[in-house]
Amino acid sequence: MAEIVSEYFEEEEWSEVIQPNAGLLDIKLHEVWRYRDLLLMFVRRDFVATYKQTILGPLWFFIQPLLTTFTFMVVFGTIAGISTDGIPMMVFYMSGITLWNYFAECLNKTATVFRDNAGIFGKVYFPRLVMPLSIVVSNLVRLGIQLLLFVGVWCYYLFNGNQVHPNVYLMLIPYLIFLMALIGLGAGMLISALTTKYRDLVFLLSFGVQLLMYATPVIYSMKSLPAKYAWIIKANPLSAIVETFRYAFTGSGSFSWFSLAYSSCCAIILLTLGIIVFNKVEKSFMDTV
Amino acid sequence: MSVVIKVENLSKQYRLGDVGTGTLSHDLKRWWYKARGKEDPYLQIGEINDRSTKGESDYVWALKDINFEVKAGEVLGIIGRNGAGKSTLLKILSKTTAPTTGKVKVKGRIASLLEVGTGFHPELSGRENIFLNGAILGMTKQEIKSKFDEIVDFSGVERYIDTPVKRYSSGMYVRLAFAVAAHLEPEILIVDEVLAVGDAEFQKKCLGKMKDVSVNEGRTVLFVSHNMAAVQGLCSYGLVLSNGGVIYPKGNAYEAIELYRKSIIPKNNSNKDFKNANRTGNRVAQLESITFLNALNEEISTINCGENISIEFQISSKVSVTGASLGIGFYSLTGECKLLLWSTFLNVYFDFISGVNRVKCYIEKFPLTQGEYSINLILTSNEEVLDWIQDSILINVNTGDYYNSGKMLESNHQTAMIPHEWIKI
Repeated sequence: MAEIVSEYFEEEEWSEVIQPNAGLLDIKLHEVWRYRDLLLMFVRRDFVATYKQTILGPLWFFIQPLLTTFTFMVVFGTIAGISTDGIPMMVFYMSGITLWNYFAECLNKTATVFRDNAGIFGKVYFPRLVMPLSIVVSNLVRLGIQLLLFVGVWCYYLFNGNQVHPNVYLMLIPYLIFLMALIGLGAGMLISALTTKYRDLVFLLSFGVQLLMYATPVIYSMKSLPAKYAWIIKANPLSAIVETFRYAFTGSGSFSWFSLAYSSCCAIILLTLGIIVFNKVEKSFMDTV
Repeated sequence: MSVVIKVENLSKQYRLGDVGTGTLSHDLKRWWYKARGKEDPYLQIGEINDRSTKGESDYVWALKDINFEVKAGEVLGIIGRNGAGKSTLLKILSKTTAPTTGKVKVKGRIASLLEVGTGFHPELSGRENIFLNGAILGMTKQEIKSKFDEIVDFSGVERYIDTPVKRYSSGMYVRLAFAVAAHLEPEILIVDEVLAVGDAEFQKKCLGKMKDVSVNEGRTVLFVSHNMAAVQGLCSYGLVLSNGGVIYPKGNAYEAIELYRKSIIPKNNSNKDFKNANRTGNRVAQLESITFLNALNEEISTINCGENISIEFQISSKVSVTGASLGIGFYSLTGECKLLLWSTFLNVYFDFISGVNRVKCYIEKFPLTQGEYSINLILTSNEEVLDWIQDSILINVNTGDYYNSGKMLESNHQTAMIPHEWIKI
C-alpha cells in the first residue's frame, strides 16, 4: 500500500509526460490559455505583415468586398437578373459577401494551417490549436472593418428611401458571426488534419468553397428558390446564418429559430470533431507532412 | 539531485519511401486491427535503422527502446553518426513529434537552441520580432517585457531595433534570434549543432552561454554535436547512439567519445584498402596502403613510444604526377590533431610515374605517448587535393622507454616527449 502511495506521488511530480497518442479527448485547453499572448502576437503579425509595403495599406480591406459587390451587381443582378427581394442590390450582395468572406478565409487558412506553418511547427512546440484560433481572430478584425463599410452603405439606404427595415434580430448579429467562426474553424481543422496526409484535398478545397457559396444564399435569397431544391440549401448550416444576417438588417427574407438551432448544432458537432481530429494529428503530422 | 528527464523504452518508427502512396490502405489496415483490439501490424515489422543496407521492410525504427535518465544540472552529450537517431530523440523531447511507443517524463520547461529565429517575420521590426519569437518559445508578454532591455543589449543591434528584420545582415539576424533564445531561462536546454552556424565569435558566445547556464544556474543541458572537442569541453556525461539504439549507456563523456570514435574508424592496422573511409579528392593518384615498420624494417601493428619507425606509403597513379606531397596526421580520439607530418613542410616533393609508387617516411624516436590515434592521410599535388582520407585507420601506441632510462614511462598527462638534457651549471 505504501508503495502504491509513494509511486502515486512520484508520478505527480513530473510536470509533463511525453507519450504516444493519449486519449482522444486529452485536449489541453488550459495550455492554449497559457499561450494567449502568442495568439495575440500572431493576430498582430498577420495584420501588420499583410499590408506592409503596400501603398493603399488597410484600404485593401475595403476594396476587396467593394469590387466583389460591384461584380456581383453586374453579373448576377443586372445580366442574370436574379431577384434581390426588393432590397437595394448593393446592400443585398454586400451583406452576403461580408459574412461569406469571413467564413471562406477562416476555412481556407485553417485548412492549410499545418502546411503553411510546417517550418515553425517542426521546430518548436506550442499548443497547435493557437494557430487556427489566431486565424479566426485575425479574420475577425478584418470582418469588423468590412462590417463598418457595410453598415455605412446600409445607413445610406436606411435614410434614403424605404427599402430596408431593420428589426430586433440585429441583436443576433454577434452570435451569427460567432457561429460562422465556429463552422469555419471546425471544418477547417477537419480538413487540415486530412490534407497533411492526403494532399489531394488541397486541390478540392478552393473548388469546394466556391461551390459551397452557391449552395448558400449569398447571391440569391431563400425565397426565390424553387421549392424542389430548397431543402438542399436548407440542409447547409451556413444558409440560416446568412439568411438571418440579411433578414436582421433589411427585414426581407426569412427567419426561423429552428434553422438557427440546426446551424448551431452543426457548428458544435463540426468544432468538436475538428478539435479531436486536429489534436490527434498535431502529434505526428511532422512525419507525414 | 533529482531526475529531471526520464526516458522509458522510447521508440519511434518511420515509414520510408514515398509517404502518401498507399498510406490509405495501410491506415485502413491499421484501423481494422485496432478495431478488433489487436496490436498495430506495422509495429512488428520495423527494421533496425541502418542507412547503408537495403532493408526488406518500408518501416524502420529510428529509435528503439531507449532508456536513460538525466539529473538536474547535468550536461549530457548525445553523440552518434548521422542517422543514429539523435535528432529524432531531440524532436521527441522538444515535442515536435510524438514517440511511437514508450514515454518521456520531464520536470520543468524544455527549450531548444536549435530554433534560433523560428517564427521571425521579415516584415516585422526587431522589437516586434522579439515579442513574437519570445511568445513562440513560450514566454508571456510580461516576461519578455521585463527582459526586453537585456535581450536588446545582449544582441547588440539596438540601433536597428525598429527596422524590419529583412533589412538586417545575417549576422545581426542570428544575434537577435540567439539573444531571445538565450534569455528564455528554461530548466532544460536542448542544443543541436548550433555551433555549425555563425562565426567563431558567435560560437564562442553560444558555448559560453551554455556553460554558464549549466554551471552557474544549475540547469540541465542536452547537447548534440559532431564536434567532439566541444562535447568533451562541455559535457560531464555522454551517451552514444547507433542505429537507433544506445550502444554506450549514459556515463563518462570522455569514454563515450572514445567509444564513438572507435566505432567509426576501421580497426585494422595494416589496412590494405580504404574503401569505407571518409575520402575526398580527385583521385588522379590515390593511396593504396600504409604500413608501419620498426627499425629492423619489420611490419608492426603497434608503435612503442620512443621507437625509431618508418611509414611506407603505397600510391597508385593513373598518370604521371609531378610535385606531389604526402602528409600523415595523428589525431586523438577526441579529434584533436596531435602530430602532423607533411612533406611540404620540409620542401620535399615527389614525382610519381603512372603505376605503383612507394614513399617512405622515417621518424626518429616516435614522440607521442601511449593511446589510440586515428590516422588522417593526405596526398596533394600543386595545391590540389588528390586524395584525402580522414580517420583511415586506428593505430595503437604503447608505453616505451623513450629516454633509454630503463623506465617505461606511462603518462596520461602529456601528449608527447622530446629529447632533452638536464645539466647542472
